[in-house]
Amino acid sequence: METKPLALTILDIVSILVLVIATYLALVFAPTELVMGDVQRVFYFHIGTAWTALIGFMLAALFSVTYLITKNLRWDRLEVAAIEVSMVFFFITIVLGSIWARPAWNTWWTWDPRLTTAAVTELIYAAYFMLRQGIDDPERRARFGAVYALIGGLSAPITFFAIRFFRTIHPVVIGGGNAAAQGGFNMTADMRVAFFFGLFAFTIIFIDLFWHRVRLGELQNKVEQLKLQSSI
Amino acid sequence: MTDKLTPVAEEPIQADARSRELMASRPSSSFFKAVSAVVWKDVQAEVRSRELFSAMLVFSLLMILIFNFALELDVKTRQSVTAGVLWATFAFAGTLGLNRSMSIEKDRGCMDGLLLAPVDRSAIYFGKVISNLAFMLIVELIVLPVYSVLYNINLFIPGLLLVILLGSIGYVAVGTLLAAMSVQTRTRDILLPILLFPIIIPVLLAAVKASSGFLNGADMTEILPPLNLLIFYDIVFTAVAFMVFDSVVEE
Repeated sequence: METKPLALTILDIVSILVLVIATYLALVFAPTELVMGDVQRVFYFHIGTAWTALIGFMLAALFSVTYLITKNLRWDRLEVAAIEVSMVFFFITIVLGSIWARPAWNTWWTWDPRLTTAAVTELIYAAYFMLRQGIDDPERRARFGAVYALIGGLSAPITFFAIRFFRTIHPVVIGGGNAAAQGGFNMTADMRVAFFFGLFAFTIIFIDLFWHRVRLGELQNKVEQLKLQSSI
Repeated sequence: MTDKLTPVAEEPIQADARSRELMASRPSSSFFKAVSAVVWKDVQAEVRSRELFSAMLVFSLLMILIFNFALELDVKTRQSVTAGVLWATFAFAGTLGLNRSMSIEKDRGCMDGLLLAPVDRSAIYFGKVISNLAFMLIVELIVLPVYSVLYNINLFIPGLLLVILLGSIGYVAVGTLLAAMSVQTRTRDILLPILLFPIIIPVLLAAVKASSGFLNGADMTEILPPLNLLIFYDIVFTAVAFMVFDSVVEE
């Protein structure tokens, strides 16, 4: 059996290091926000996880298209890995956002476009895994998964714009402003350092976890094939 | 012996050549012929059994009854929730129809027969979409007057009918594709609503918004955005479903 590649081990260590630094920057280094106080520090991880999760979902949609064209199961493994890691990241985003929303908006949850879309997206990918679980044949599982990932990836942004017909209170922190948005703020230079390092850190962590998940998928595939061989 | 064998050996080649000629010169009319054949088959099966239609209709009426108790549909609430009640009813009744229409294909191996036919696979998809859409629209056309009578509200507004048509198209376009997938899984019928509902949230959202706009006599500038969204969704998802249907049914 092949051992864990050295690059992956290095990436593991780097991930832990950047996570520690990001935590320090977010909790200690960044100045306390004037209006919202310490709870605003959640923001650095909230955006970091959201950013990587959204990129992950987009990658998954690309992988699904590539799979449907090439029919190479390798793309299917990439797609599953991207969706699985992104789903966990997105769940963390929602939980952190909820923690932030309680003091900022005085509620854990509100049916704002972003929040609703986030919930719907999680449900779409939960359905995706239920679909895959119900299929035994790996090739069909990959095909159906790719079709559903593609349709889900198209539907989620449309849901977002659909709900935009209603008013939003979610702040747009970078660029643009909305009169009805509450809880927005301007970043100081130190905040920006913490913010961008947060993005960087979670991107590294995402790549690390993604790599692990792809390896796991490949090993699973190998086990399945060995099982088939031994039963013949 | 040999003279007898030659024509037999020649025949498949001739047939093959003929079918290839047919395939190559296949005019677009044969595509519509194939679509209408699938629709006709479904309609005939339905006229004989009335399984799908009666289930959807009775279920819809029961849903309205349940909403009556669940929401205390008095005059005031009715104004604001009618559109929501109607679309929730259509969405739930629709999954019954979609599930049934695909599982009868799967159960007796009809799908294999359809797939063996020398027609474009998308003809099967569009045929199924049209027949599903027809059943859904018929159920909706019966539910609307019943709801009108029961709650003394006029639902026969041309705009509302247009919204129902557009919403149903989007619903069925995605629903048929996902039903074709879900019947091939272990969990079968249970899976369809779980797969379908998160995907069609834009349709439901826009349809409810546009419907209640028409019901409350809102300004056209308020109704147009959701209406445009419905048209956009219908086009995008019909196109995507058309492109990927092949990978859903191929064996």
